[in-house]
Amino acid sequence: MRISRWLADRWVMLVALLVLGYLSLPIVVVAGLSFNRPSSRLSYDFNEFTLDNWTHPCATSDMCDAVVRSVQIGFIATVVSTVLGTLMAFALVRHRFRGRAGINVLIFLPMATPELVMGTSLLALFVAAGVPQGFWTIVIAHVMFCVSFVVVTVKARLAGMDRRLEEAAMDLYASEWQTFRRITLPLVLPGIVAAALLAFSLSFDDFIITNFNAGTTVTFPMYVWGAAQRGIPPQVNVIGTAMFAIALLLVGASSLRGRRARRADLAVRTAPAKIRS
Amino acid sequence: MTALAHVPTPSGQSAPPPPPRRGRYGLLPYLLLVPGAAWLFIFFALPLLQLAAASLYDPSGSLSTGYALTWAFGNYPEALQAYWPQFVRSFGYSAIALVLGLLMGYPLAYAIAQKAGRWKNLLLVCVVAPMFTSFLVRTLAWKTILSDNGWLVGLLRDVHLLGPDGRLLATPIAVVLGLTYNFLPFLVLPLYASLERLDYRLLEAASDLYASSFQAFRKVTLPLSMPGLIAGTLLFFIPATGDYINAELLGTPNEYMIGNVIDSAFLVRLDYPQGAALSFLLMAAILAVVFVYLRRAGTEEVL
Repeated sequence: MRISRWLADRWVMLVALLVLGYLSLPIVVVAGLSFNRPSSRLSYDFNEFTLDNWTHPCATSDMCDAVVRSVQIGFIATVVSTVLGTLMAFALVRHRFRGRAGINVLIFLPMATPELVMGTSLLALFVAAGVPQGFWTIVIAHVMFCVSFVVVTVKARLAGMDRRLEEAAMDLYASEWQTFRRITLPLVLPGIVAAALLAFSLSFDDFIITNFNAGTTVTFPMYVWGAAQRGIPPQVNVIGTAMFAIALLLVGASSLRGRRARRADLAVRTAPAKIRS
Repeated sequence: MTALAHVPTPSGQSAPPPPPRRGRYGLLPYLLLVPGAAWLFIFFALPLLQLAAASLYDPSGSLSTGYALTWAFGNYPEALQAYWPQFVRSFGYSAIALVLGLLMGYPLAYAIAQKAGRWKNLLLVCVVAPMFTSFLVRTLAWKTILSDNGWLVGLLRDVHLLGPDGRLLATPIAVVLGLTYNFLPFLVLPLYASLERLDYRLLEAASDLYASSFQAFRKVTLPLSMPGLIAGTLLFFIPATGDYINAELLGTPNEYMIGNVIDSAFLVRLDYPQGAALSFLLMAAILAVVFVYLRRAGTEEVL
């Protein structure tokens, strides 16, 4: 009786923890395999512990070239899509104009279209236009699917912002440019940074659209795809684990910063009350 | 991501609607929009038109000799006749994966939103964290987990859930499991966002009015989480149906989905008219499913 009651209270939490275990299992395996010396090229099982993969991550130089290329593509695609998307978000949140609904649909559709369709349609266009595929067609494709996500992320931040802060600045004789520089931009910046990080991770991890528009250029996901047939070098798991660790560090750092900022904010807000009492 | 549209803004700060700007601002919004809108138009909308055109090319042409647009509508029935099993399989697998995803994702989102307390952020990071590692690398990790001499298969054989020669890898189970795994976070996040806004007092009120916990769930929690449920379902189902990585890495040609066929039509067989027709059919089929679904579930919260 006791146990069943306890279970009834906790089963949601228990199921949740099991599901979290299911979600993190592959990460544990990837991290584990990064220390593995495989028994053969085509073996996926754990064979023998070694640190070699971590000390020589570029032993398979093709893979490292592919990682560098993915970072380059991700960087360019992030910068371009963040700029384009942020401008669009400002226009959509701050202005009323004709054709707004149409623009919203144009932004929404890429997020609702299967990647396969976007990839094949771009390939059809590039082939029909005689554009040779490679580095720059990948960049073009990545900017295309990142823009929508940037717009949505920045829009959410802008819409949640308190307009009165800008009005206050204007009341204090700040010019429009000063208001934008000193008030608006710093307040929107976290949204823009989040959008940029999202764009980079989408670009870095994209396989389907890249696969159709890469020609002979090889990005990291495409390298992994090709290697899956020929045998995966264990260094692939090193890259996977390292990416995971870097992202986790970034999240940790930003949440620490956020906590400090919130604490400072709280101190400022409660200070007058303390003085009064 | 539609999910982000549901992220709650700090309460009490809902800014008043911006005043309409006229006069010297007339041109500004267009200037801000043009670069991004042009990019989307040229590299998203235009390619779709080109894909439609390519699907009507004369099938006897080839990449080297060139194609002619002959309005060959016959490409569609031909492609469908050749590959309808893969089509059905794509929708079947993602539907099963979606059901599994809902069974796992709903309790998870609910627990994080309502029961996790100060662990909330940590658990959310745990949901998103797998996505930090490459999609393909994670899917390959499943190859290790499900392998014939791995611990999981051994365990299932020991408890006789699998026969002595039973296997998981290279079966439909592996593909569905991979699909569920890969797209689960997209389902959980919007669900979490709408469950997070659920006022716990409503559930207390329900129980004060003698609702059983199941009744409270059905009459209060479920309807209030609808926007997240709809957004999450779409974010799960659309990419899952078009996915072919799981079928390729965890399955065999017997498990191939329509994506595998389209990939090979474009990149191996170089049969563009057929590939384009299949791609267009896939989009039409997904749109049809989404449209029917939204008609039933209501659209206003999604767009």
